[in-house]
Amino acid sequence: MSSGSALARNPSEPARLGHEIRLAVEQVSYAYSANPAQAPLFTLEATSFQGRSGEIVAILGPNASGKSTLLQLIAGVLQPLSGRILLNGFVTHSLSPRTRAQRIAMVQQESRLLFPARAWEFVLQGRHAHGRSLRFESEDDVLIAKNALVQVGAADLSDRWMDQISGGEKQRVILARALAQQPLLLLLDEPTLHLDIAAQVGLLDALRRLAAENRYTVVIVTHELNLAAEYADSVVLMQRGRCLRVGPPAAIYQRELLEQVFQTQLSVEMRANGRPHVTVLSAT
Amino acid sequence: MRPLTLRRLFLQCLILVVILLVVVVIAIKFGAVPVSLYALGRDWLRVMLGKSSQISSDYGLVVQNIRLPRIVLGIMVGASLSVAGTSFQALLRNPLADPYVLGVSSGAALGAILALIAEPHLTLPPAFAAMLTPFGAFLGAAATIAGVYFLGRRQGQIDSTTLLLGGVITASFLSAIIMFLMSTITSGNTRGMAFWLMGNLSTSFQKSVYWILAVGFFAATGAIYTTANDLNLLLAGEKEAMHLGVDVPRVRLVVYIAASLLTGLAVSVSGAVGYVGLIVPHVMRLIFGSDHRTLLPTAALGGAIAVVFADTLARTIVAPAELAVGAVTAVVGAPLFIYLLHRRLA
Repeated sequence: MSSGSALARNPSEPARLGHEIRLAVEQVSYAYSANPAQAPLFTLEATSFQGRSGEIVAILGPNASGKSTLLQLIAGVLQPLSGRILLNGFVTHSLSPRTRAQRIAMVQQESRLLFPARAWEFVLQGRHAHGRSLRFESEDDVLIAKNALVQVGAADLSDRWMDQISGGEKQRVILARALAQQPLLLLLDEPTLHLDIAAQVGLLDALRRLAAENRYTVVIVTHELNLAAEYADSVVLMQRGRCLRVGPPAAIYQRELLEQVFQTQLSVEMRANGRPHVTVLSAT
Repeated sequence: MRPLTLRRLFLQCLILVVILLVVVVIAIKFGAVPVSLYALGRDWLRVMLGKSSQISSDYGLVVQNIRLPRIVLGIMVGASLSVAGTSFQALLRNPLADPYVLGVSSGAALGAILALIAEPHLTLPPAFAAMLTPFGAFLGAAATIAGVYFLGRRQGQIDSTTLLLGGVITASFLSAIIMFLMSTITSGNTRGMAFWLMGNLSTSFQKSVYWILAVGFFAATGAIYTTANDLNLLLAGEKEAMHLGVDVPRVRLVVYIAASLLTGLAVSVSGAVGYVGLIVPHVMRLIFGSDHRTLLPTAALGGAIAVVFADTLARTIVAPAELAVGAVTAVVGAPLFIYLLHRRLA
């Protein structure tokens, strides 16, 4: 069985066929306050963008720009103050936790386990939403989990303990768990944060391949300008809770705009592959 | 990859059941009056054959009326405390959580004492009167764990050190109130101060109490077991569990109520036996792994084994006098707690 077909959903599902819009973020806003009587500590102003199947969307911005909040809203665990987020026509926030986990997978910054677990046990957790709450894993579940590990190039990690593998290996196992969920939408919160350059490129290459093969819509939150420029099909540029621009990297990466958002001097050049490249200049 | 199967789970439990049976036989044999294995076998055979009238008086008196009820009590108390400890550890994401350490047992003891004091003043039908003490203990346990939970929060997050500290202080505060109540109130059947604070299994109860214990144990443990897979995911944190499809508020509520009920049941008949809910789950995790589908039933059986064994020691090492079973469990449990705490901080 090829790895692609084991992870693919029911082929009759229309979402898998075309490049139609799968994720629609429509005028979504959010406000966070410590208690309801106080003025909000943080607000996210109305934001709209779309994601197609097989597409990688990068939510880009400096710290405290509202990127992660936007991701939590897309994941459906936060409820928008106004607007709505549709995944294949369903409002993500109103789905039950179980249904949501069948369609949306989230890769968090860090996974801290209370008690040690082996990598395969960890990946099998991705199958949780696909069965009854009290059950034993089926052969299908095991096959899907194995395939997920193969897809991220981590088959050899299967029997290792999660607390005894490197950061890059761990990140791949976490990604494998997300793949085992067989989602339509793959969300990643700063997935390259603790990785060295080789591991960063490895992870993002894997993501691009997976998005193309399995027709995932991928949304990545990041502050890495060049990784977003190199891998994203579309960029959502954020600053202090406002969405400034949405578009392909070549259109978004303008020197003045990025200098203003990231508060630093930089230069932008267009490379031969049509993707921009940013160089940060020293302040002097 | 070796995912859990029903067969493996069954075999693991079977091993523990055999160990439990061996420990039960040891517990029947040893004591102030020794019983020979031969006499034990002969008398059991007679019971099986329906010839109870031929049973020797030793067996009838010592085994049937004194030791067996006490063993059954030990099994229920050990299993309940151990499942409660496992649940609190998962619920609070803290490997050091235990009903006794967190003050939940003291809360349950206080609830039980208040129920015992109130009982003569209420005119209840006997069936309800038997349930009043366990119910009071359940309320005491539930209120305490809620209180400790809020004490343990810092900036909306559970802080494990603050939680433990909050629990220890709560336990000491509640123990002081228990001491105060026990020394001022001389109402008939409130048992002794040592009973509530240290725990022992020497009280004998009416048959209905054993039934309440058994039904309560299976209902609460069953309810927790339906969330076994969810608890596995909760170990990685509530947010992650939510993203993986766990209905976190529902699981939290079920486990919170059921674990409080288990603590309440155990404490209402045995007082605050400590550290069982800490030692047993950790030993079972070492042997069988941390999957709650295995851990919950093995912890229940392990808890039963541990308490029956500890109680046998408590009855025999200073015979003809008796130790509180809580003293035996604390001698083993407290050093283990310190070891785990040290390893965690290291």
